[in-house]
Amino acid sequence: MPRVLLIEDDPSVREGVELGLRRRGHEVRTAATGEAGLDALAEFRPDLLLLDLMLPGINGVQVCRRVRESSQLPIIMLTARGDDFDVVIGLEAGADDYIVKPARTEVIEARIRAVLRRIEEPAGGRAAVEFHGELAIDRAGLTVAKAGERIALAPSELKLLLHLTAAPEQVFSRQQLLEHVWEHSYHGDARLVDACVRRLRNKIEDTPGDPRYIQTLRGFGYRFGPLGPL
Amino acid sequence: MKACVTPDEDTGHEGRGGHAGQDGHGTTGRASGRRGRSPRLRPHPFGLRTRLVLAFLLVAAVGCGTTAALTYRAARNAILEQTQDTAVSAFREQIDALGTTLPIEPEMLRDTLMMVARQGKPRAWRVYAEYGTLRVSSTDRPTSSVITPELRARAADDEAVPHGSFQRVVKNGTPYLTIAVPAVFLARSAEGPPQRTGLVFYAVMELSEEEANIEAMVTAARDGALPALAVALIPALIAARGVLRPVRELRHAAHSMGRGRLDTRIHAKGSDELADLARTFNESAAELERSVAELRNAEARARRFASDVSHELRTPLAGMLAVTEVLDEDAGSLDSDTARAVRLISAETGKLAVLVEDLMEISRFDARAAELHTDEVDAADCVRKTLQQRHWTDPTQVVPYLTEGIRARLDPRRFDVVVANLVGNALRHGEAPVTVRLWAEGDQLVTEVADRGPGIHPDVLPHVFDRFYKADQARTRSAGSGLGLAITLENVRLHGGTVTAADDPEGGAVFTVRMPL
Repeated sequence: MPRVLLIEDDPSVREGVELGLRRRGHEVRTAATGEAGLDALAEFRPDLLLLDLMLPGINGVQVCRRVRESSQLPIIMLTARGDDFDVVIGLEAGADDYIVKPARTEVIEARIRAVLRRIEEPAGGRAAVEFHGELAIDRAGLTVAKAGERIALAPSELKLLLHLTAAPEQVFSRQQLLEHVWEHSYHGDARLVDACVRRLRNKIEDTPGDPRYIQTLRGFGYRFGPLGPL
Repeated sequence: MKACVTPDEDTGHEGRGGHAGQDGHGTTGRASGRRGRSPRLRPHPFGLRTRLVLAFLLVAAVGCGTTAALTYRAARNAILEQTQDTAVSAFREQIDALGTTLPIEPEMLRDTLMMVARQGKPRAWRVYAEYGTLRVSSTDRPTSSVITPELRARAADDEAVPHGSFQRVVKNGTPYLTIAVPAVFLARSAEGPPQRTGLVFYAVMELSEEEANIEAMVTAARDGALPALAVALIPALIAARGVLRPVRELRHAAHSMGRGRLDTRIHAKGSDELADLARTFNESAAELERSVAELRNAEARARRFASDVSHELRTPLAGMLAVTEVLDEDAGSLDSDTARAVRLISAETGKLAVLVEDLMEISRFDARAAELHTDEVDAADCVRKTLQQRHWTDPTQVVPYLTEGIRARLDPRRFDVVVANLVGNALRHGEAPVTVRLWAEGDQLVTEVADRGPGIHPDVLPHVFDRFYKADQARTRSAGSGLGLAITLENVRLHGGTVTAADDPEGGAVFTVRMPL
């Protein structure tokens, strides 16, 4: 069962979520502040970080940025609906998904599983390494390299890239991507997709403003390629 | 013949008697009356400006006209009187100087008349003499039709002043001066009153030249009046501008206030009535702005309070909701009362969470903080996913008739809420099967949710979208939060669409959502 680090300042939420997840078999460590959470990270080595955005001291977005500086740990933000602006900033900072509070434990656990899923079960039966332009994608090893240099991708970024490259030049609507990559409902928050695409472009595109790999089809969605001559 | 002879003026006595009667000359220029007020059209045909200008012109016209008329009359009298006096005295002198002898010899008399006629003063005249039935004249015709019976009577009757009478007559458009002087002889004593001989001399003189002079005066007066009227137009326009500018400002200001710009003020200067009006307007506007600001503050406080309450409720709920599962799972192992209490808490926590979320959602609409994250989607897909997600897939419960291939620009999450709330509402309050129809109509996406229930009572119909509206007062709480349809309405509005509730004549309630594609 995955190890979850929960950073949440409100004691009742912290305790409730911890209790709920532990009942479902997760190993849970909690921290009340961002600083304590960052300290626990190295020692606890969690599989996933549940991160409240509104924290005293350094806030959730800052914690998210700090974590992303050194690790591609899956991060799910806990947020209250209506804090829309924070959600966008959190996603830009590298969070993979978010959960709106209050949420039932089953919802939280479903999200955790979804974020972790592909990472645990790599698609088998394919050529180990695919090449797309300068990108080398190792589906078995779950690594991506550009021009021979390895690129660190967050789980959602990696999953999105794998999903898009599995069917190059096929257009996926944002709703489809939400359903397949994030396992959200069709009606989920498309900003998840947009934020993830932006982050991914910043990492793999030569000029993120004029993307070559992940292209936008206005009114329809995204597709990988066609690459065309450089 | 007589019919066309019209006395131009009262006959005067004595030479100076030609006194002016009422001269009918006056201003008849009437300002064109106000016709039926035109409705509030932009260019006012009889607006303030037109009326002000007309009034100014009217005043100017009356002024000019009156002045001209008075001047004209005075000058006319002066001219005519001078002519008359000269003519009458000259005629009388000449008649006096005649040695008239009786009995009358027509031939001699005619010669005399010819002589007198040659000495017309100030202008040539024709001379006539009448004695009994005898008619002699200096012209071809023995008498003149210009001489009126009235003058004859006067000449005959006038005993006190036998010096002569005159009359101005207009015949066929030509003005004449007619003078009658009876011939007298000084009998017996010089002191006694002169005796009439019965012989009356008449002189007829054309006054065309004088009339021409008077015409010239009229022309001059008119030529003077027209520029004066034109000049009057300038102050008229200036005055109209002076009145209209504040009025226009006031109109703009009132319009702007009406559109919600309550800080609109007018530049009030001067001390006239319009400035007073502007100041009154400004004071009222300030008062209104203050009241509205107070109301808005109160409303904002109320909204913030609702929002704050929901916020505060959310945190404890987040903790509670996370552990409801624990309660549910372990309830079975507790004694029955405790188990019931625990299950109740769990169930109500769930409902409370929904209620608080809905309250938060409504608060965001009220605070206009709700954001629309539109995306171009396949509308039928969108509805189908909503039904699937809620497990409304039983065809005896929910029957979709969805037009495929409509691409619509909408917020999928909000559209999902709209459809889910309407279908949920239909299943709860109506009866299955609930039909969901989707089609495009012009540039609108139409979604219709109909049930087979009893329909909506007419008393309830206007309130179905009200918050927490209970159709049945006895029923304290429905399965939903009581905010579902209100949230639906707000979501549709956010898309710029409309949602209506109605009764199907064949039974059941029909909710129709129209949103721009």
